[in-house]
Amino acid sequence: MKIIVLVKQVPDTWGERKLTKATGQLDRSASDAVIDEIDERALEVALQYKDAQDAEVIALSMGPSSVTEMLRKSLAMGADSALHVQDDALSGSDLSRTAAVLAAAIAKSGFDIVIAGNEATDGRGGVIPAMIAEHLGTPSMTYLDSVAITSDGVSGVRADEHGTVAVHAALPAVISITEASAEPRFPNFRGIMKAKKKPLDVWSLADLGLDDSGFAPSTVVVNTTERPARTAGTKNIDEGNAGNEIAEFLAAGRLI
Amino acid sequence: MSLALAFIETSANGEVRNTAAMLIAAAAQLGTPVAVVVAAPGAGDTLSAQLGALGAAQVFVAESDQVGTLLVAPQLEALVAASAALQPSAIVVAHSIDGREIAGRLAVRLKTGLLVDVVDVRADGDAVTGIHSVFGGAYTVEATVPGGGPAIVTVRQGAIDARADAASPTLTTQPITVGAAPAAVIDAVHEAAVASDRPELRGAARVVSGGRGLGSQENFALVEKLADALGAAVGASRAAVDAGYVPQTSQVGQTGITVSPQLYIALGISGAIQHRAGMQTAKTIVAINKDPDAPIFGIADFGVVGDVFTVVPQLIDALGKRAQ
Ligand SMILES: Cc1cc2nc3c(=O)[nH]c(=O)nc-3n(C[C@H](O)[C@H](O)[C@H](O)COP(=O)(O)OP(=O)(O)OC[C@H]3O[C@@H](n4cnc5c(N)ncnc54)[C@H](O)[C@@H]3O)c2cc1C
Repeated sequence: MKIIVLVKQVPDTWGERKLTKATGQLDRSASDAVIDEIDERALEVALQYKDAQDAEVIALSMGPSSVTEMLRKSLAMGADSALHVQDDALSGSDLSRTAAVLAAAIAKSGFDIVIAGNEATDGRGGVIPAMIAEHLGTPSMTYLDSVAITSDGVSGVRADEHGTVAVHAALPAVISITEASAEPRFPNFRGIMKAKKKPLDVWSLADLGLDDSGFAPSTVVVNTTERPARTAGTKNIDEGNAGNEIAEFLAAGRLI
Repeated sequence: MSLALAFIETSANGEVRNTAAMLIAAAAQLGTPVAVVVAAPGAGDTLSAQLGALGAAQVFVAESDQVGTLLVAPQLEALVAASAALQPSAIVVAHSIDGREIAGRLAVRLKTGLLVDVVDVRADGDAVTGIHSVFGGAYTVEATVPGGGPAIVTVRQGAIDARADAASPTLTTQPITVGAAPAAVIDAVHEAAVASDRPELRGAARVVSGGRGLGSQENFALVEKLADALGAAVGASRAAVDAGYVPQTSQVGQTGITVSPQLYIALGISGAIQHRAGMQTAKTIVAINKDPDAPIFGIADFGVVGDVFTVVPQLIDALGKRAQ
Protein backbone atom coordinates (compact mmCIF):
# COMPACT_ATOMS: atom_id res chain seq x y z
CA MET A 1 0.00 0.00 0.00
CA LYS A 2 1.42 3.32 -1.07
CA ILE A 3 -0.05 6.23 0.90
CA ILE A 4 0.63 9.85 0.00
CA VAL A 5 -0.13 12.43 2.65
CA LEU A 6 -0.45 16.07 1.64
CA VAL A 7 1.36 18.41 3.99
CA LYS A 8 0.89 22.15 3.77
CA GLN A 9 2.98 24.86 5.32
CA VAL A 10 0.78 27.55 6.81
CA PRO A 11 1.30 30.63 8.97
CA ASP A 12 1.00 29.71 12.62
CA THR A 13 -2.50 30.59 13.79
CA TRP A 14 -1.07 31.53 17.21
CA GLY A 15 0.45 34.63 15.66
CA GLU A 16 -0.91 37.44 13.57
CA ARG A 17 -1.21 36.46 9.91
CA LYS A 18 -0.67 39.07 7.26
CA LEU A 19 -1.23 39.55 3.54
CA THR A 20 0.92 41.71 1.31
CA LYS A 21 -1.51 44.37 0.20
CA ALA A 22 0.07 44.91 -3.21
CA THR A 23 -0.34 41.29 -4.31
CA GLY A 24 -2.88 39.81 -1.92
CA GLN A 25 -0.39 37.05 -1.23
CA LEU A 26 0.71 35.74 2.13
CA ASP A 27 3.38 37.78 3.85
CA ARG A 28 5.62 34.91 4.86
CA SER A 29 7.86 37.12 6.96
CA ALA A 30 5.00 38.13 9.27
CA SER A 31 4.45 34.82 11.00
CA ASP A 32 6.11 31.53 11.86
CA ALA A 33 5.55 28.73 9.38
CA VAL A 34 4.20 25.44 10.71
CA ILE A 35 2.72 22.22 9.34
CA ASP A 36 -1.00 22.72 9.23
CA GLU A 37 -2.35 20.95 12.29
CA ILE A 38 -4.95 19.12 10.20
CA ASP A 39 -2.23 17.61 8.00
CA GLU A 40 -0.53 16.13 11.06
CA ARG A 41 -3.81 14.33 11.67
CA ALA A 42 -3.89 13.17 8.04
CA LEU A 43 -0.38 11.81 8.54
CA GLU A 44 -1.51 10.09 11.73
CA VAL A 45 -4.30 8.29 9.81
CA ALA A 46 -1.66 6.99 7.38
CA LEU A 47 0.76 6.01 10.15
CA GLN A 48 -1.92 4.09 12.04
CA TYR A 49 -2.52 1.98 8.94
CA LYS A 50 1.23 1.49 8.56
CA ASP A 51 1.52 0.46 12.25
CA ALA A 52 -0.74 -2.50 11.53
CA GLN A 53 -0.14 -3.30 7.84
CA ASP A 54 2.53 -3.22 5.22
CA ALA A 55 2.58 0.32 3.84
CA GLU A 56 4.82 3.03 2.51
CA VAL A 57 3.95 6.55 3.64
CA ILE A 58 5.13 9.53 1.59
CA ALA A 59 4.70 13.14 2.73
CA LEU A 60 4.17 15.51 -0.21
CA SER A 61 4.32 19.27 -0.16
CA MET A 62 4.53 22.11 -2.65
CA GLY A 63 6.08 25.38 -1.59
CA PRO A 64 9.26 27.40 -1.06
CA SER A 65 12.49 26.05 0.42
CA SER A 66 11.22 26.53 3.98
CA VAL A 67 8.89 23.58 3.38
CA THR A 68 11.84 21.23 3.96
CA GLU A 69 11.44 21.75 7.68
CA MET A 70 7.80 20.59 7.63
CA LEU A 71 8.75 17.55 5.60
CA ARG A 72 11.52 16.69 8.10
CA LYS A 73 8.94 16.79 10.86
CA SER A 74 6.68 14.46 8.86
CA LEU A 75 9.63 12.08 8.46
CA ALA A 76 10.34 12.30 12.20
CA MET A 77 6.70 11.41 12.93
CA GLY A 78 7.13 8.27 10.83
CA ALA A 79 6.71 8.94 7.11
CA ASP A 80 9.12 6.82 5.02
CA SER A 81 10.07 9.49 2.52
CA ALA A 82 9.18 12.99 1.46
CA LEU A 83 8.56 14.79 -1.83
CA HIS A 84 8.95 18.50 -2.21
CA VAL A 85 7.69 20.25 -5.34
CA GLN A 86 9.66 23.46 -5.51
CA ASP A 87 9.89 25.84 -8.42
CA ASP A 88 10.08 29.63 -8.50
CA ALA A 89 7.43 29.62 -11.24
CA LEU A 90 4.95 28.26 -8.69
CA SER A 91 5.05 31.28 -6.44
CA GLY A 92 1.55 32.69 -5.89
CA SER A 93 -0.20 29.64 -7.35
CA ASP A 94 -3.98 29.58 -7.02
CA LEU A 95 -6.11 26.55 -6.21
CA SER A 96 -6.30 25.30 -9.81
CA ARG A 97 -2.58 25.38 -10.36
CA THR A 98 -1.78 23.91 -6.95
CA ALA A 99 -4.13 21.00 -7.58
CA ALA A 100 -2.74 20.39 -11.06
CA VAL A 101 0.87 20.35 -9.85
CA LEU A 102 0.17 18.17 -6.82
CA ALA A 103 -1.79 15.76 -9.00
CA ALA A 104 1.14 15.54 -11.42
CA ALA A 105 3.51 14.78 -8.54
CA ILE A 106 1.15 12.14 -7.14
CA ALA A 107 0.78 10.51 -10.56
CA LYS A 108 4.54 10.45 -11.05
CA SER A 109 5.15 8.95 -7.62
CA GLY A 110 2.36 6.38 -7.92
CA PHE A 111 -0.17 5.84 -5.11
CA ASP A 112 -2.98 3.76 -3.73
CA ILE A 113 -4.49 6.40 -1.51
CA VAL A 114 -3.98 10.12 -0.99
CA ILE A 115 -4.85 11.52 2.45
CA ALA A 116 -5.25 15.24 3.05
CA GLY A 117 -6.65 17.48 5.73
CA ASN A 118 -10.17 18.75 5.04
CA GLU A 119 -9.21 22.40 4.72
CA ALA A 120 -6.13 24.50 5.36
CA THR A 121 -6.20 26.97 8.23
CA ASP A 122 -5.03 29.78 5.95
CA GLY A 123 -7.07 29.53 2.75
CA ARG A 124 -9.90 27.44 4.20
CA GLY A 125 -10.89 26.40 0.70
CA GLY A 126 -11.36 22.69 1.28
CA VAL A 127 -11.41 22.01 -2.46
CA ILE A 128 -7.89 20.81 -3.27
CA PRO A 129 -8.47 17.09 -2.49
CA ALA A 130 -11.52 16.94 -4.79
CA MET A 131 -9.65 18.81 -7.53
CA ILE A 132 -6.73 16.40 -7.27
CA ALA A 133 -9.11 13.44 -7.45
CA GLU A 134 -10.66 14.87 -10.62
CA HIS A 135 -7.20 15.23 -12.19
CA LEU A 136 -6.29 11.69 -11.20
CA GLY A 137 -9.67 10.24 -12.21
CA THR A 138 -10.29 8.65 -8.82
CA PRO A 139 -13.16 8.80 -6.34
CA SER A 140 -12.89 11.39 -3.59
CA MET A 141 -14.38 11.34 -0.13
CA THR A 142 -13.79 14.56 1.74
CA TYR A 143 -14.44 15.66 5.34
CA LEU A 144 -14.26 12.17 6.84
CA ASP A 145 -14.63 12.09 10.63
CA SER A 146 -13.53 8.46 10.71
CA VAL A 147 -11.72 6.30 8.19
CA ALA A 148 -11.14 2.58 7.66
CA ILE A 149 -8.55 1.62 5.06
CA THR A 150 -8.30 -1.93 3.75
CA SER A 151 -5.99 -3.38 1.12
CA ASP A 152 -8.41 -2.57 -1.70
CA GLY A 153 -10.79 0.05 -0.41
CA VAL A 154 -11.51 2.87 1.96
CA SER A 155 -14.66 3.66 3.87
CA GLY A 156 -15.63 6.28 6.35
CA VAL A 157 -18.18 8.59 7.81
CA ARG A 158 -18.46 11.99 6.31
CA ALA A 159 -19.94 14.78 8.36
CA ASP A 160 -21.85 17.47 6.52
CA GLU A 161 -24.06 20.34 7.64
CA HIS A 162 -27.11 18.14 7.91
CA GLY A 163 -25.87 14.95 9.51
CA THR A 164 -23.55 12.16 8.48
CA VAL A 165 -23.15 10.01 5.42
CA ALA A 166 -21.44 6.61 5.39
CA VAL A 167 -19.41 6.20 2.20
CA HIS A 168 -16.96 3.83 0.59
CA ALA A 169 -14.76 3.71 -2.50
CA ALA A 170 -12.37 1.36 -4.20
CA LEU A 171 -8.67 2.27 -4.33
CA PRO A 172 -7.03 4.28 -5.73
CA ALA A 173 -8.85 7.15 -4.05
CA VAL A 174 -8.35 10.57 -2.51
CA ILE A 175 -9.73 11.33 0.94
CA SER A 176 -9.64 14.22 3.35
CA ILE A 177 -10.12 13.98 7.09
CA THR A 178 -11.48 16.39 9.71
CA GLU A 179 -10.13 17.30 13.11
CA ALA A 180 -12.49 14.70 14.61
CA SER A 181 -10.07 12.03 13.31
CA ALA A 182 -6.86 10.81 14.93
CA GLU A 183 -4.86 12.95 17.40
CA PRO A 184 -1.37 13.19 15.88
CA ARG A 185 1.64 11.55 17.54
CA PHE A 186 4.71 13.52 18.59
CA PRO A 187 8.02 12.72 16.93
CA ASN A 188 10.31 11.04 19.45
CA PHE A 189 14.10 11.28 19.61
CA ARG A 190 14.58 8.07 17.63
CA GLY A 191 12.22 9.34 14.97
CA ILE A 192 14.06 12.62 14.70
CA MET A 193 17.42 10.86 14.34
CA LYS A 194 16.06 8.44 11.74
CA ALA A 195 14.43 11.29 9.79
CA LYS A 196 17.85 12.67 8.91
CA LYS A 197 18.61 9.58 6.84
CA LYS A 198 15.27 9.27 5.08
CA PRO A 199 14.95 10.33 1.43
CA LEU A 200 13.62 13.79 0.68
CA ASP A 201 13.35 14.42 -3.06
CA VAL A 202 12.90 17.85 -4.60
CA TRP A 203 11.02 18.02 -7.91
CA SER A 204 10.78 21.00 -10.24
CA LEU A 205 8.05 21.64 -12.80
CA ALA A 206 10.38 20.20 -15.45
CA ASP A 207 10.76 17.02 -13.38
CA LEU A 208 6.99 16.71 -13.49
CA GLY A 209 6.91 17.22 -17.24
CA LEU A 210 5.08 20.53 -16.80
CA ASP A 211 6.17 23.88 -18.11
CA ASP A 212 5.12 27.16 -16.60
CA SER A 213 3.56 28.49 -19.82
CA GLY A 214 0.40 26.44 -19.55
CA PHE A 215 0.12 27.19 -15.88
CA ALA A 216 -0.91 30.79 -15.66
CA PRO A 217 -3.12 31.10 -12.59
CA SER A 218 -6.78 31.13 -13.58
CA THR A 219 -7.76 33.57 -10.85
CA VAL A 220 -6.29 36.99 -10.19
CA VAL A 221 -6.37 39.04 -7.00
CA VAL A 222 -7.37 42.59 -7.91
CA ASN A 223 -7.68 44.29 -4.55
CA THR A 224 -6.68 43.68 -0.92
CA THR A 225 -7.77 45.87 1.96
CA GLU A 226 -7.10 45.50 5.65
CA ARG A 227 -9.92 45.88 8.12
CA PRO A 228 -9.08 48.11 11.06
CA ALA A 229 -8.41 46.03 14.17
CA ARG A 230 -11.24 45.85 16.67
CA THR A 231 -10.83 47.86 19.81
CA ALA A 232 -11.97 47.04 23.30
CA GLY A 233 -15.08 48.67 24.71
CA THR A 234 -15.93 48.82 28.40
CA LYS A 235 -14.99 46.18 30.95
CA ASN A 236 -16.94 46.05 34.20
CA ILE A 237 -16.32 43.92 37.24
CA ASP A 238 -19.48 42.18 38.40
CA GLU A 239 -20.60 43.54 41.72
CA GLY A 240 -23.88 41.73 41.76
CA ASN A 241 -25.67 43.66 39.04
CA ALA A 242 -23.80 42.73 35.82
CA GLY A 243 -26.67 40.64 34.44
CA ASN A 244 -28.99 43.64 34.61
CA GLU A 245 -26.29 45.90 33.18
CA ILE A 246 -25.89 43.64 30.14
CA ALA A 247 -29.66 43.73 29.60
CA GLU A 248 -29.53 47.54 29.72
CA PHE A 249 -26.60 47.62 27.30
CA LEU A 250 -28.49 45.38 24.87
CA ALA A 251 -31.66 47.46 25.17
CA ALA A 252 -29.74 50.71 24.63
CA GLY A 253 -28.19 49.25 21.45
CA ARG A 254 -31.63 48.00 20.30
CA LEU A 255 -30.23 44.46 20.37
CA ILE A 256 -33.26 43.16 22.27
CA MET B 1 -27.51 39.58 -20.02
CA SER B 2 -25.52 36.40 -19.56
CA LEU B 3 -26.79 33.46 -17.56
CA ALA B 4 -25.54 32.59 -14.08
CA LEU B 5 -26.19 29.11 -12.74
CA ALA B 6 -27.03 28.53 -9.07
CA PHE B 7 -26.52 24.94 -8.01
CA ILE B 8 -29.30 23.91 -5.62
CA GLU B 9 -28.58 21.20 -3.06
CA THR B 10 -31.35 18.89 -1.95
CA SER B 11 -31.78 16.50 0.97
CA ALA B 12 -31.93 12.73 0.62
CA ASN B 13 -35.69 12.97 0.16
CA GLY B 14 -35.51 15.74 -2.38
CA GLU B 15 -36.16 18.82 -0.26
CA VAL B 16 -34.44 22.03 -1.30
CA ARG B 17 -31.68 23.04 1.16
CA ASN B 18 -31.86 26.42 2.84
CA THR B 19 -28.89 27.81 0.89
CA ALA B 20 -31.05 27.99 -2.26
CA ALA B 21 -32.40 31.52 -1.74
CA MET B 22 -28.93 32.94 -1.09
CA LEU B 23 -27.44 31.22 -4.15
CA ILE B 24 -30.19 32.35 -6.50
CA ALA B 25 -29.75 35.90 -5.18
CA ALA B 26 -25.98 35.64 -5.78
CA ALA B 27 -26.59 34.36 -9.32
CA ALA B 28 -29.02 37.25 -9.90
CA GLN B 29 -26.20 39.67 -9.04
CA LEU B 30 -24.17 38.11 -11.86
CA GLY B 31 -26.71 37.57 -14.62
CA THR B 32 -30.06 35.93 -15.28
CA PRO B 33 -30.36 33.35 -12.51
CA VAL B 34 -30.85 29.73 -13.55
CA ALA B 35 -31.37 27.18 -10.76
CA VAL B 36 -29.78 23.80 -11.50
CA VAL B 37 -30.96 20.86 -9.46
CA VAL B 38 -30.65 17.09 -9.61
CA ALA B 39 -33.80 15.14 -8.92
CA ALA B 40 -35.42 11.80 -9.37
CA PRO B 41 -37.49 11.72 -12.58
CA GLY B 42 -40.84 13.48 -12.20
CA ALA B 43 -39.95 15.99 -9.48
CA GLY B 44 -39.46 18.91 -11.87
CA ASP B 45 -42.74 20.83 -11.55
CA THR B 46 -42.69 21.04 -7.76
CA LEU B 47 -39.04 22.12 -7.74
CA SER B 48 -39.64 24.65 -10.48
CA ALA B 49 -42.41 26.37 -8.47
CA GLN B 50 -40.26 26.44 -5.32
CA LEU B 51 -37.17 27.78 -7.04
CA GLY B 52 -39.18 30.32 -9.01
CA ALA B 53 -40.52 31.68 -5.73
CA LEU B 54 -36.89 32.22 -4.71
CA GLY B 55 -36.16 34.16 -7.90
CA ALA B 56 -34.97 31.63 -10.48
CA ALA B 57 -35.80 32.83 -14.01
CA GLN B 58 -35.08 29.35 -15.35
CA VAL B 59 -34.93 25.96 -13.71
CA PHE B 60 -32.76 23.20 -15.13
CA VAL B 61 -33.66 19.84 -13.66
CA ALA B 62 -31.20 17.04 -14.31
CA GLU B 63 -33.06 13.80 -13.84
CA SER B 64 -31.14 10.86 -12.50
CA ASP B 65 -31.96 7.62 -10.73
CA GLN B 66 -28.54 7.73 -9.13
CA VAL B 67 -29.20 10.67 -6.79
CA GLY B 68 -28.39 9.56 -3.30
CA THR B 69 -26.35 6.54 -4.35
CA LEU B 70 -23.14 8.13 -5.66
CA LEU B 71 -21.33 10.89 -3.77
CA VAL B 72 -21.48 14.18 -5.74
CA ALA B 73 -21.12 12.46 -9.15
CA PRO B 74 -24.71 13.07 -10.36
CA GLN B 75 -24.47 16.69 -9.20
CA LEU B 76 -21.22 17.15 -11.09
CA GLU B 77 -22.72 15.65 -14.27
CA ALA B 78 -25.75 17.92 -13.95
CA LEU B 79 -23.59 21.03 -13.84
CA VAL B 80 -21.44 19.83 -16.73
CA ALA B 81 -24.63 19.26 -18.76
CA ALA B 82 -26.20 22.60 -17.75
CA SER B 83 -23.00 24.45 -18.48
CA ALA B 84 -22.71 22.89 -21.94
CA ALA B 85 -26.34 23.68 -22.72
CA LEU B 86 -26.48 27.21 -21.34
CA GLN B 87 -22.92 28.62 -21.63
CA PRO B 88 -23.18 30.64 -18.40
CA SER B 89 -20.72 33.33 -17.31
CA ALA B 90 -20.77 32.06 -13.72
CA ILE B 91 -21.73 29.01 -11.68
CA VAL B 92 -22.40 29.60 -7.98
CA VAL B 93 -22.37 26.76 -5.49
CA ALA B 94 -22.70 26.75 -1.69
CA HIS B 95 -19.40 26.57 0.18
CA SER B 96 -20.82 23.52 1.92
CA ILE B 97 -19.15 20.16 2.35
CA ASP B 98 -20.83 18.81 -0.81
CA GLY B 99 -20.59 22.14 -2.62
CA ARG B 100 -16.81 22.34 -2.27
CA GLU B 101 -16.36 18.86 -3.65
CA ILE B 102 -18.67 19.57 -6.58
CA ALA B 103 -17.14 22.98 -7.34
CA GLY B 104 -13.56 21.70 -7.09
CA ARG B 105 -14.20 18.85 -9.48
CA LEU B 106 -16.19 21.05 -11.84
CA ALA B 107 -13.40 23.64 -12.09
CA VAL B 108 -10.97 20.92 -13.15
CA ARG B 109 -13.50 19.35 -15.53
CA LEU B 110 -14.31 22.69 -17.22
CA LYS B 111 -10.69 23.93 -16.99
CA THR B 112 -11.75 27.20 -15.48
CA GLY B 113 -11.03 29.37 -12.46
CA LEU B 114 -12.46 28.81 -9.00
CA LEU B 115 -13.17 31.46 -6.38
CA VAL B 116 -13.95 29.89 -3.02
CA ASP B 117 -15.69 30.93 0.16
CA VAL B 118 -16.74 34.33 -1.12
CA VAL B 119 -18.95 36.55 1.02
CA ASP B 120 -20.24 38.56 -1.94
CA VAL B 121 -20.12 38.66 -5.75
CA ARG B 122 -20.20 41.35 -8.39
CA ALA B 123 -20.21 41.40 -12.18
CA ASP B 124 -18.37 43.98 -14.26
CA GLY B 125 -19.74 43.13 -17.68
CA ASP B 126 -19.20 39.39 -17.98
CA ALA B 127 -16.23 39.42 -15.59
CA VAL B 128 -17.09 37.97 -12.21
CA THR B 129 -15.50 39.35 -9.06
CA GLY B 130 -15.63 37.42 -5.81
CA ILE B 131 -15.18 39.18 -2.49
CA HIS B 132 -13.37 37.14 0.14
CA SER B 133 -13.07 37.73 3.85
CA VAL B 134 -9.66 36.39 4.83
CA PHE B 135 -7.93 35.56 8.14
CA GLY B 136 -11.02 35.92 10.28
CA GLY B 137 -12.17 39.06 8.53
CA ALA B 138 -8.85 40.88 8.96
CA TYR B 139 -8.63 41.37 5.17
CA THR B 140 -11.03 41.79 2.31
CA VAL B 141 -9.65 40.39 -0.93
CA GLU B 142 -11.27 40.76 -4.34
CA ALA B 143 -10.40 38.31 -7.08
CA THR B 144 -11.57 37.63 -10.62
CA VAL B 145 -11.44 34.84 -13.16
CA PRO B 146 -9.92 36.15 -16.38
CA GLY B 147 -10.18 34.11 -19.55
CA GLY B 148 -13.06 32.39 -21.20
CA GLY B 149 -14.78 29.74 -19.15
CA PRO B 150 -17.46 30.33 -16.57
CA ALA B 151 -16.22 31.51 -13.17
CA ILE B 152 -17.01 28.91 -10.55
CA VAL B 153 -17.77 30.49 -7.21
CA THR B 154 -18.52 28.95 -3.82
CA VAL B 155 -20.46 31.24 -1.50
CA ARG B 156 -20.05 31.15 2.28
CA GLN B 157 -23.32 29.92 3.76
CA GLY B 158 -25.35 32.73 5.27
CA ALA B 159 -23.04 35.44 3.92
CA ILE B 160 -25.39 37.04 1.40
CA ASP B 161 -28.56 38.60 2.78
CA ALA B 162 -29.95 39.84 -0.56
CA ARG B 163 -32.91 37.96 -2.00
CA ALA B 164 -34.08 37.87 -5.63
CA ASP B 165 -37.66 38.73 -6.62
CA ALA B 166 -39.99 35.81 -7.27
CA ALA B 167 -40.25 34.77 -10.92
CA SER B 168 -42.22 32.34 -13.08
CA PRO B 169 -39.43 30.18 -14.36
CA THR B 170 -39.19 28.23 -17.57
CA LEU B 171 -38.47 24.59 -16.84
CA THR B 172 -35.96 22.45 -18.71
CA THR B 173 -35.63 18.79 -17.86
CA GLN B 174 -32.73 16.74 -19.06
CA PRO B 175 -31.94 13.15 -18.17
CA ILE B 176 -28.33 12.59 -17.16
CA THR B 177 -26.32 9.44 -16.79
CA VAL B 178 -23.27 9.33 -14.63
CA GLY B 179 -20.37 8.15 -16.72
CA ALA B 180 -17.96 5.37 -15.95
CA ALA B 181 -15.71 7.73 -13.98
CA PRO B 182 -15.15 6.27 -10.54
CA ALA B 183 -17.15 7.78 -7.70
CA ALA B 184 -17.54 7.07 -4.02
CA VAL B 185 -20.66 5.16 -3.06
CA ILE B 186 -23.14 6.32 -0.41
CA ASP B 187 -23.98 3.49 1.98
CA ALA B 188 -26.22 5.29 4.45
CA VAL B 189 -27.45 8.78 5.24
CA HIS B 190 -28.25 9.96 8.76
CA GLU B 191 -29.88 13.35 8.82
CA ALA B 192 -29.30 14.88 12.24
CA ALA B 193 -32.60 15.54 13.96
CA VAL B 194 -33.28 19.27 14.03
CA ALA B 195 -32.85 19.88 17.74
CA SER B 196 -35.20 22.81 18.20
CA ASP B 197 -36.62 25.82 16.47
CA ARG B 198 -33.46 27.69 17.44
CA PRO B 199 -31.91 29.59 14.51
CA GLU B 200 -29.10 27.98 12.59
CA LEU B 201 -25.63 29.15 13.58
CA ARG B 202 -24.61 30.08 10.03
CA GLY B 203 -26.07 33.41 9.12
CA ALA B 204 -27.74 33.90 12.55
CA ALA B 205 -28.34 37.51 13.63
CA ARG B 206 -27.55 36.65 17.26
CA VAL B 207 -25.21 34.02 18.62
CA VAL B 208 -24.56 32.92 22.19
CA SER B 209 -21.43 30.78 22.51
CA GLY B 210 -20.10 28.82 25.45
CA GLY B 211 -16.57 27.70 26.25
CA ARG B 212 -14.68 25.45 28.59
CA GLY B 213 -15.69 27.82 31.39
CA LEU B 214 -19.12 26.15 31.43
CA GLY B 215 -17.42 23.15 33.00
CA SER B 216 -19.74 20.33 31.90
CA GLN B 217 -22.30 19.26 29.36
CA GLU B 218 -25.08 19.75 31.94
CA ASN B 219 -23.91 23.27 32.72
CA PHE B 220 -23.78 24.09 29.01
CA ALA B 221 -27.60 24.20 29.17
CA LEU B 222 -27.12 27.72 30.55
CA VAL B 223 -25.80 28.81 27.15
CA GLU B 224 -28.86 27.31 25.48
CA LYS B 225 -31.19 29.02 27.95
CA LEU B 226 -29.70 32.44 27.23
CA ALA B 227 -29.77 31.71 23.49
CA ASP B 228 -33.46 30.85 23.70
CA ALA B 229 -34.21 33.97 25.73
CA LEU B 230 -32.62 36.02 22.94
CA GLY B 231 -33.82 33.97 19.98
CA ALA B 232 -30.15 33.33 19.26
CA ALA B 233 -28.19 30.45 17.77
CA VAL B 234 -25.84 28.40 19.97
CA GLY B 235 -22.11 28.33 19.30
CA ALA B 236 -19.09 27.01 21.16
CA SER B 237 -15.34 27.19 21.44
CA ARG B 238 -13.23 24.29 20.31
CA ALA B 239 -12.39 23.45 23.93
CA ALA B 240 -16.11 23.06 24.66
CA VAL B 241 -16.48 20.83 21.60
CA ASP B 242 -13.41 18.76 22.52
CA ALA B 243 -14.78 18.33 26.05
CA GLY B 244 -17.97 16.92 24.52
CA TYR B 245 -20.36 19.63 25.75
CA VAL B 246 -21.69 20.20 22.22
CA PRO B 247 -21.28 18.67 18.75
CA GLN B 248 -18.51 19.85 16.42
CA THR B 249 -21.07 21.54 14.17
CA SER B 250 -21.39 24.26 16.85
CA GLN B 251 -17.70 25.21 16.76
CA VAL B 252 -17.00 28.84 15.99
CA GLY B 253 -13.53 29.84 14.88
CA GLN B 254 -10.51 29.17 12.76
CA THR B 255 -11.41 25.56 12.07
CA GLY B 256 -15.11 25.93 12.81
CA ILE B 257 -17.85 28.15 11.48
CA THR B 258 -17.26 31.84 10.81
CA VAL B 259 -20.14 33.93 12.09
CA SER B 260 -20.82 37.61 11.57
CA PRO B 261 -23.94 38.33 13.65
CA GLN B 262 -25.37 41.59 14.96
CA LEU B 263 -24.74 40.30 18.48
CA TYR B 264 -22.23 37.74 19.76
CA ILE B 265 -22.19 36.78 23.42
CA ALA B 266 -19.19 34.76 24.63
CA LEU B 267 -19.66 32.89 27.91
CA GLY B 268 -16.64 31.35 29.64
CA ILE B 269 -14.52 31.68 26.50
CA SER B 270 -10.95 32.94 26.84
CA GLY B 271 -10.89 34.32 23.31
CA ALA B 272 -7.84 32.55 21.90
CA ILE B 273 -6.78 33.98 18.55
CA GLN B 274 -8.29 31.00 16.71
CA HIS B 275 -11.68 31.58 18.32
CA ARG B 276 -11.57 35.30 17.60
CA ALA B 277 -10.89 34.53 13.95
CA GLY B 278 -14.40 33.11 13.70
CA MET B 279 -16.39 35.88 15.36
CA GLN B 280 -14.50 39.15 15.38
CA THR B 281 -16.58 40.62 12.55
CA ALA B 282 -19.69 40.52 14.77
CA LYS B 283 -21.32 43.96 15.06
CA THR B 284 -21.48 43.90 18.86
CA ILE B 285 -19.59 41.56 21.18
CA VAL B 286 -20.48 40.91 24.82
CA ALA B 287 -18.20 38.72 26.94
CA ILE B 288 -18.49 37.28 30.42
CA ASN B 289 -15.34 35.74 31.86
CA LYS B 290 -13.91 35.29 35.37
CA ASP B 291 -10.42 36.22 34.25
CA PRO B 292 -9.93 39.99 33.86
CA ASP B 293 -6.97 39.34 31.53
CA ALA B 294 -8.86 37.05 29.13
CA PRO B 295 -8.04 38.12 25.54
CA ILE B 296 -11.76 38.18 24.67
CA PHE B 297 -11.98 41.49 26.55
CA GLY B 298 -9.62 43.00 23.98
CA ILE B 299 -12.40 42.89 21.36
CA ALA B 300 -15.58 42.97 23.48
CA ASP B 301 -17.79 46.05 23.29
CA PHE B 302 -19.20 45.17 26.68
CA GLY B 303 -17.11 42.97 28.94
CA VAL B 304 -18.08 41.63 32.34
CA VAL B 305 -15.50 40.18 34.66
CA GLY B 306 -17.64 37.74 36.54
CA ASP B 307 -18.95 34.21 36.98
CA VAL B 308 -21.27 33.02 34.21
CA PHE B 309 -23.28 31.03 36.75
CA THR B 310 -24.33 34.18 38.60
CA VAL B 311 -24.35 36.77 35.78
CA VAL B 312 -26.22 34.76 33.14
CA PRO B 313 -29.23 33.74 35.29
CA GLN B 314 -29.63 37.38 36.28
CA LEU B 315 -29.42 38.41 32.62
CA ILE B 316 -32.05 35.83 31.63
CA ASP B 317 -34.28 37.15 34.40
CA ALA B 318 -33.81 40.71 33.26
CA LEU B 319 -34.61 39.77 29.66
CA GLY B 320 -37.76 38.00 30.85
CA LYS B 321 -38.91 41.08 32.78
CA ARG B 322 -38.29 43.34 29.80
CA ALA B 323 -40.21 41.02 27.50
CA GLN B 324 -43.33 41.32 29.68
C1 LIG C 1 -4.92 25.26 14.48
C2 LIG C 1 -5.87 25.57 15.58
C3 LIG C 1 -7.20 25.79 15.28
C4 LIG C 1 -8.11 26.11 16.30
N1 LIG C 1 -9.40 26.37 15.95
C5 LIG C 1 -10.27 26.79 16.91
C6 LIG C 1 -11.62 27.13 16.59
O1 LIG C 1 -12.07 27.00 15.46
N2 LIG C 1 -12.42 27.59 17.58
C7 LIG C 1 -12.00 27.73 18.86
O2 LIG C 1 -12.77 28.18 19.72
N3 LIG C 1 -10.75 27.38 19.20
C8 LIG C 1 -9.87 26.90 18.26
N4 LIG C 1 -8.61 26.52 18.63
C9 LIG C 1 -8.32 26.38 20.07
C10 LIG C 1 -7.98 27.66 20.76
O3 LIG C 1 -6.59 27.86 20.67
C11 LIG C 1 -8.36 27.57 22.26
O4 LIG C 1 -7.77 26.43 22.82
C12 LIG C 1 -9.86 27.50 22.52
O5 LIG C 1 -10.55 28.48 21.79
C13 LIG C 1 -10.12 27.69 23.98
O6 LIG C 1 -11.47 27.52 24.28
P1 LIG C 1 -12.10 28.17 25.59
O7 LIG C 1 -11.94 29.63 25.53
O8 LIG C 1 -13.48 27.64 25.74
O9 LIG C 1 -11.24 27.49 26.76
P2 LIG C 1 -10.17 28.11 27.71
O10 LIG C 1 -9.09 28.79 26.99
O11 LIG C 1 -9.86 27.03 28.67
O12 LIG C 1 -10.98 29.26 28.45
C14 LIG C 1 -12.00 29.04 29.34
C15 LIG C 1 -12.32 30.41 29.93
O13 LIG C 1 -13.42 30.29 30.79
C16 LIG C 1 -13.24 31.15 31.88
N5 LIG C 1 -14.08 30.65 32.96
C17 LIG C 1 -13.95 29.49 33.66
N6 LIG C 1 -14.95 29.36 34.54
C18 LIG C 1 -15.74 30.44 34.39
C19 LIG C 1 -16.94 30.88 35.03
N7 LIG C 1 -17.56 30.14 35.96
N8 LIG C 1 -17.46 32.05 34.64
C20 LIG C 1 -16.85 32.82 33.69
N9 LIG C 1 -15.73 32.45 33.07
C21 LIG C 1 -15.19 31.26 33.41
C22 LIG C 1 -11.77 31.12 32.15
O14 LIG C 1 -11.37 32.29 32.79
C23 LIG C 1 -11.19 31.00 30.75
O15 LIG C 1 -10.86 32.27 30.21
C24 LIG C 1 -7.69 26.18 17.64
C25 LIG C 1 -6.36 25.91 17.94
C26 LIG C 1 -5.45 25.63 16.95
C27 LIG C 1 -4.03 25.38 17.32
